[in-house]
Amino acid sequence: MPNLLIELFSEEIPARMQARAAQDLQKRMTDGLVEAGLTYGGARAFSTPRRLTLAIEDLLAESPTIREERKGPRTDAPDKAIEGFLRGAGLTRDQLETRDTPKGAVYFASIEKPGRPAAAIVAEVLEDTIRNFPWPKSMRWGAGSLRWVRPLHSILCILSTEEGAEIVPFELDGITAGDTTRGHRFMGGEPFAVTGFDDYAAKLKRAHVILDAGERADHILQDAQNRAFASGLELVEDRGLLAEVAGLVEWPVVLMGEIGADFLDLPPEVLQTSMKEHQKFFSVRNPKTGRIERFITVANIETPDHGATILAGNQKVLAARLSDAKFFWENDLRTIREKGFEGMAAGLSDVTFHNKLGSQADRIRRIEALAREIAPMVGAKPDLAAEAARVAKADLQSEMVGEFPELQGVMGRYYAQAAGHDDGVPEACEEHYKPLGPGDAVPTNPVSVAVALADKIDTLTGFWAIDEKPTGSKDPYALRRAALGVIRLVLGNGLRIDFSQLAPKALRKNLSAVYSSITDDAGQIPLKEAFDEDRGDGTGADLYLALATEPTSGDGVAPDHPGISGRAADLLAFLHDRLKVHLRDEGIRHDVIDACLAMEGNDDLTLLVKRAEALADFLKTDDGDNLLQGFKRANNILTQAEEKDGVEYSFGADVKFAETPEEKALFAALDNAEPEIAAALKSEDFAAAMAAMARLRAPTDAFFEAVQVNAENEVLRRNRLNLLSRIRALCLSVADLTRIQG
Amino acid sequence: MTSRPVKPRSFQEIILRLQSYWAEQGCAMMQPYDMEVGAGTFHPATTLRSLGTRPWAAAYVQPSRRPTDGRYGENPNRLQHYYQYQVLIKPSPPDLQDLYLGSLGAIGIDMALHDIRFVEDDWESPTLGAWGLGWEVWCDGMEVSQFTYFQQVGGHDCHPVSGELTYGLERLAMYVLGIDHVMDMPFNDPNARIPLSYGDVFRQTEEEYSRWNFDVADTDVLLRHFQEAEAECEAILSQPHDDPKTGKRIVMAHPAYDQCIKASHIFNLLDARGVISVTERQAYIGRVRALARKCADAFVQTEAGGYPAP
Repeated sequence: MPNLLIELFSEEIPARMQARAAQDLQKRMTDGLVEAGLTYGGARAFSTPRRLTLAIEDLLAESPTIREERKGPRTDAPDKAIEGFLRGAGLTRDQLETRDTPKGAVYFASIEKPGRPAAAIVAEVLEDTIRNFPWPKSMRWGAGSLRWVRPLHSILCILSTEEGAEIVPFELDGITAGDTTRGHRFMGGEPFAVTGFDDYAAKLKRAHVILDAGERADHILQDAQNRAFASGLELVEDRGLLAEVAGLVEWPVVLMGEIGADFLDLPPEVLQTSMKEHQKFFSVRNPKTGRIERFITVANIETPDHGATILAGNQKVLAARLSDAKFFWENDLRTIREKGFEGMAAGLSDVTFHNKLGSQADRIRRIEALAREIAPMVGAKPDLAAEAARVAKADLQSEMVGEFPELQGVMGRYYAQAAGHDDGVPEACEEHYKPLGPGDAVPTNPVSVAVALADKIDTLTGFWAIDEKPTGSKDPYALRRAALGVIRLVLGNGLRIDFSQLAPKALRKNLSAVYSSITDDAGQIPLKEAFDEDRGDGTGADLYLALATEPTSGDGVAPDHPGISGRAADLLAFLHDRLKVHLRDEGIRHDVIDACLAMEGNDDLTLLVKRAEALADFLKTDDGDNLLQGFKRANNILTQAEEKDGVEYSFGADVKFAETPEEKALFAALDNAEPEIAAALKSEDFAAAMAAMARLRAPTDAFFEAVQVNAENEVLRRNRLNLLSRIRALCLSVADLTRIQG
Repeated sequence: MTSRPVKPRSFQEIILRLQSYWAEQGCAMMQPYDMEVGAGTFHPATTLRSLGTRPWAAAYVQPSRRPTDGRYGENPNRLQHYYQYQVLIKPSPPDLQDLYLGSLGAIGIDMALHDIRFVEDDWESPTLGAWGLGWEVWCDGMEVSQFTYFQQVGGHDCHPVSGELTYGLERLAMYVLGIDHVMDMPFNDPNARIPLSYGDVFRQTEEEYSRWNFDVADTDVLLRHFQEAEAECEAILSQPHDDPKTGKRIVMAHPAYDQCIKASHIFNLLDARGVISVTERQAYIGRVRALARKCADAFVQTEAGGYPAP
């Protein structure tokens, strides 16, 4: 069976797109071939800056012939019917077969779709693949209309067998497929022909191209580690950078260079970021001091001077870049010496956070107040939390962060230290942005936690105040991430925070900000109608007017104002939604979460999760599952009886009407369990409450086994229903088990 | 590139070599546009000529002004007035990358010794309503050129596509000549009877313009000029295509585009004066873009823009 080799040779493909493009080429080609009936043994795809390559092994030489049999009309059917059948089948009457059936003699047509040679199918699928390739961004060039990521220059497409290689006849917008390719742009020599994949890969290597990106990355990593090690240093590994650099070269040549002595005292994060972002350099660290002392660059060429010119050039560019960084660093430190770190933040009053939510400075004031309030709940000193909140974003005004936005927070830590802040304030500057994503660590330093929570709660309540909530896939202010951040901060630190208290306060502050940003220059409130339109439900105007009565303190509006409490409830529901997603990722079923969300105190997320975890564990046990069935049975019987009788059975079960030992035992078990569970719930020991509930399983099962609830005797029946209601009430005090499925 | 290229000795020699190289490749040697622009792309030989179906090939030096980059002549790399070398070929030839590399050879960069790389960098000009895909070209880690295939200009899809090359001349020359501070770079030959450095020619003007750009330019006047240029541009374009005096069809795309260039530069000056807030910034850019679009609409109604369409 033939092997197929395809190479699409173009101008330089952006590094970030190469790996995906190789996968897409493989998927689209193999899907298309299989659909056309060409199965294959194996396929591999490769990418370099200038080529996408696909090698398919053991492809069928032609697609299989497909036979289809169609039953036609009876032989004595009218001519019209028979002619119609012949047209549909594309046959003549003498090609039909006559068979005897229970309904008489009937025509049968046997239609054969002959197989097609692989080359024809490959050409079709390849054209379709190229024309519809899913590049993130594609372009036209010259006078043509073909789109590719950058101009496409040549197509190599051959089918090879033991007898030799054959070019697949194929032409696309003036590019004719062939069996030749080119090597490295500067070291590759003349174009050459290939006969198959092994020949291709070997000749490419001779022409200074390593085809496999993984092989290039391995080579870079090993060589870089060796060079660093040989100088008593270590490479700072960076997977993302490694993959990118491997996509920038066809023939990696690793070079190590010096960072000028002038720059070695810059913070390591600054050196690393500057070198990585601007120059795509790896950092090389002194393992003893942790200082970054050298860099590794990866060139795409071997030179007669062994890279000396290249290294000199790179060092020069780096020196210019680092001079800038050093300049920023020194200017920033001077600003802090002269004005203090808070002084640096002064300019934030000119930076708009959001046109309805005021400036960054306004926002910082709100965060400060919130952090002060949260501090006692997280074990931080309120004054320290407030101090940290005041300076946490000051570095946004530093020249360094202006140049390298990704250093926000990190520079805050350095500058807070330089300004003499301590006691967790510098750490809070860095950590208050965290956690940034599901994989990011949650801060534990209490000052950081207070500011991080205040920051995120302000963001959430702010956008809830102006009704800018995420919808569908649109979440431009990353509010889902902020909510998950709140959840992880609370759960990760076991915090007890009452959001039903905190959210309205924060909302009220943010609504005041909204109010002050929408008063006109004379301090007048614009038209009432405008707010009605803004909110859509009429509460807007009323709320804004209420805020307007005391706009400066914002205390003029009660937290139970519908404009606030409605939004707070909505925000809490959003947090619950995010919590469900988070817990589902942790393996807790959504119905278990729902059962706990239905309980009182659900705005205390830590409590909620404790309950959900205990319930999830309980339901995994045999006792738990059986008790759940017992509960459901009790609940069903009760519900039916209550519907029928039009009363609620909730009180008055008396042991003196108990007839059987099983019934008496259940009374006894409930008498024991009730105070036990109540005490456990009071101390929030859900595991103990569940364990006490588990002990009800045996008596409940035995009761249902032995006792007929709906007895003839109405007194007995009522007593038994009331007994069941004790089981129901007790279970529901732990969690709303009616919401558990199964 | 069989023999090792001889190194140029001065800034102007690099310009001269680029000129003769691109002349040999058949480009029309244009002269700088006689207005203040922020980049060589603004020259109508690029912006307008990249529109429409007619083939085009031009190369030129364009003095470019970026008022916010002024550093009083003290920064080794930053200038508020600098030179770009610009090449535009339509349709982009298939060997444009090789032609470009040839130009590096022509100014003395030895491909066997240096590491030349094409690194993804998509170009977008919000003020011109233009974008393209391409690369920044690195030589030993230094960005020496911008290489772009224009996809859209003034809101019009480019058919055919132009290939645009932009060289930052000072930076490129400093690298080739091994100079660390732009003001130290020999402008003419160091052995000339009167050798002049870049500083001899431009240090004083950098100082003068830095002061004016940052602190003195009258912002009220500039704001008025902006509005006037905008109004004039619209007024020109609102004229009927047929000239009542000559009876000819004369669409005044270029005079209108001059006003668009003017508005764009005034906006840059206002920006340097720090009187444009973040929100206003977008609005100003949008206004210039609207002018650029209208000028592009007008140009494709002219003969050079391919009117009437074949």
